[in-house]
Amino acid sequence: MSNAQAFQMPRWMDLVLLPLWNLLVALLVAGGVVLLIGESPLQALSILLNGALGNARGLGYTLYYATTFIFTGLAVAVAFHGGLFNIGGEGQATFGGLGVALLALWLGHRLPAWLVLPLVVLAAALFGMLWAAVPAYLQAWRGSHIVITTIMFNFLAASLNVYLLVNWLRPAGSMSVESSNFADGARMPALHQLAEKLGLELPSSPLNLSLVLALLACWFVTWFLWKSRAGYALRAVGSAPQAAHYAGMNPRLQVLIAMGISGALAGLVGVNEISGVQGKLTLDFVAGAGFTGIAVSLMGRNHPLGIILASLLFGVLYQGGVEVSFELPRFSREMVVTVQGLIVLFAGAMAMVSAPMFARLYASFKRREAARG
Amino acid sequence: MDEVLIGSVLASTLRVTTPLLLCALAGLISERSGVIDIGLEGKMLFAAFAAAAAASVGHSTALGLVAAMLVACLLSLLHGFACVTHRGDQVVSGVAINMVAAGLTVVLGIAWFAQGGQTPPIDAAVRLTGLSAAFAEPVEGSWWASVIGHGLLSHNILVYLAFALVGGVWFFLERTKPGLRLRAVGENPAMVDAAGVSVPRLRYAALLLNGLLCGLAGSYLTLAQNANFSPNMTAGRGFIALAAMIFGKWKPLPTMAACLLFGFLDAAAIRLQGVAIPGVGEVPVQAIQALPYLLTVVLLAGFIGQALAPKALGRPYIKER
Repeated sequence: MSNAQAFQMPRWMDLVLLPLWNLLVALLVAGGVVLLIGESPLQALSILLNGALGNARGLGYTLYYATTFIFTGLAVAVAFHGGLFNIGGEGQATFGGLGVALLALWLGHRLPAWLVLPLVVLAAALFGMLWAAVPAYLQAWRGSHIVITTIMFNFLAASLNVYLLVNWLRPAGSMSVESSNFADGARMPALHQLAEKLGLELPSSPLNLSLVLALLACWFVTWFLWKSRAGYALRAVGSAPQAAHYAGMNPRLQVLIAMGISGALAGLVGVNEISGVQGKLTLDFVAGAGFTGIAVSLMGRNHPLGIILASLLFGVLYQGGVEVSFELPRFSREMVVTVQGLIVLFAGAMAMVSAPMFARLYASFKRREAARG
Repeated sequence: MDEVLIGSVLASTLRVTTPLLLCALAGLISERSGVIDIGLEGKMLFAAFAAAAAASVGHSTALGLVAAMLVACLLSLLHGFACVTHRGDQVVSGVAINMVAAGLTVVLGIAWFAQGGQTPPIDAAVRLTGLSAAFAEPVEGSWWASVIGHGLLSHNILVYLAFALVGGVWFFLERTKPGLRLRAVGENPAMVDAAGVSVPRLRYAALLLNGLLCGLAGSYLTLAQNANFSPNMTAGRGFIALAAMIFGKWKPLPTMAACLLFGFLDAAAIRLQGVAIPGVGEVPVQAIQALPYLLTVVLLAGFIGQALAPKALGRPYIKER
């Protein structure tokens, strides 16, 4: 079986059918796990879908989770187009949140909301960008491996966050490890609050204006990667570094650009979580979203449209997972982390395992069609 | 007083180093064969869970050890199936293993034991305890009993096994024929293939050895260090082990040195909390905890010598036709 022949199939199969099949396999295995712990997969699925999509409040939560995953998913995707595997979304998001908190605590009381909020967004992106730029610089100019460095930077960011919270940002006399509350002006308005002003009544949920920011980020990434000159250079370096180098592009600079944008996108998680929901800096607010971004990007085939869909899928899984864990005693919300891992496994690491089967099916279908004339 | 402090720091350094060392050696064997292993954390975590679950239910140390090694080997085989047989991305596969382990251990723990993801405590008789009870505590006024006795001789069998395995892995890699082949497949798989030795078979063998060692590392956490499994109890140790292996430049003895350094930092961090060091002032405990990660970044950036990875590391091997 030679590779070129084995994997010949039309584009729609490669882009749509294969990812859906891999997702199905992951979900089937997850269903097996649910059976193993003695619950009914179908019952779990129906509670999950109902809890995530069945009412306005659940939908709000689903979209709030999806917002965070769009940011981290885009972050992984942009780095990937530049030929880099950014495993450091967790740290970049943590640092982005730190940027949000520092700015909000410093300027939140002094400036009007219409000025603070754009600055908050800028601070999140800038801090995330900085945290990603260091590993990028080290890879491009000093030859260290970006995967290892970004893993280390995740831990460094977490340690720094703990240190700052414990020693500097925690209000005097407070026992809990979190900063003081931000001024109202530094908080992203929640959607139900905005709706209230328009006379609409929506149930309260953490969904906030960051969703709009996430969709803007999707538009920006699409434009940047496929319409802009800089994006073309980035993709060229990502797919063929040598050729791009001969064509006059500077691969080192492209690494910095790809990781910079990637980090900025991951940093925006801070806007959704810290400015949008918590209203203060907390410990471990990223809660694995950086890693979820890897699954989201793999599922979405590194394309913003796919990433939106995959983020919705994971939003449903997260919100629905919480509901199922309330209803079914033996079911725990860590099931979602398991599903996430299975999706990374089947849609990422083992993405091509089923490709020969589909290629053979397609080939035999074509042959039969040809025989019929 | 000095002898008590030195003895207890030495003892806790060795205790903390043991799981790091076992795990780092596991990573070393896999990576010397050309397969990146980001999944150390997940394998150790799952092994710790398996050891605790089997030992607490079956009331047997051996059962715990076997279960841990079996589970870690199965995860290694999964890694091999994805990246050796199907040439998937080794980093992605490792990340997947970490996620699955982090999730599934809690899911199964809650479903089986209904204690918030913890396993029931393991019987004292089943746990691995020090080989000699004579040196359980350091003795004031006696250097021999404190430093040699408590510091070096008070440990359980896995501690000594881990350090013995450093020599074992070195001997295996440098002095035996399978070891030579294993190293060769990480440097130049095409050459090994041309010599008529199967590249996948060698890499699978390396992954199985890796699984056995990860299993030992995980069982140490629940059979020796803690009395039960609690969610995410590895807490980044797998990544520290990875860092130690890189810091040790993929060689057994330097890797052991790095593990000891990181273990010492960990043991010292607790004692240094709130203590002012002359000339430096009070060092925040987070800074000491972050030091292994920072040192690895600095090493990889080439500021303290070169870190030369096996040449074929991370590259799936495609047999030429």
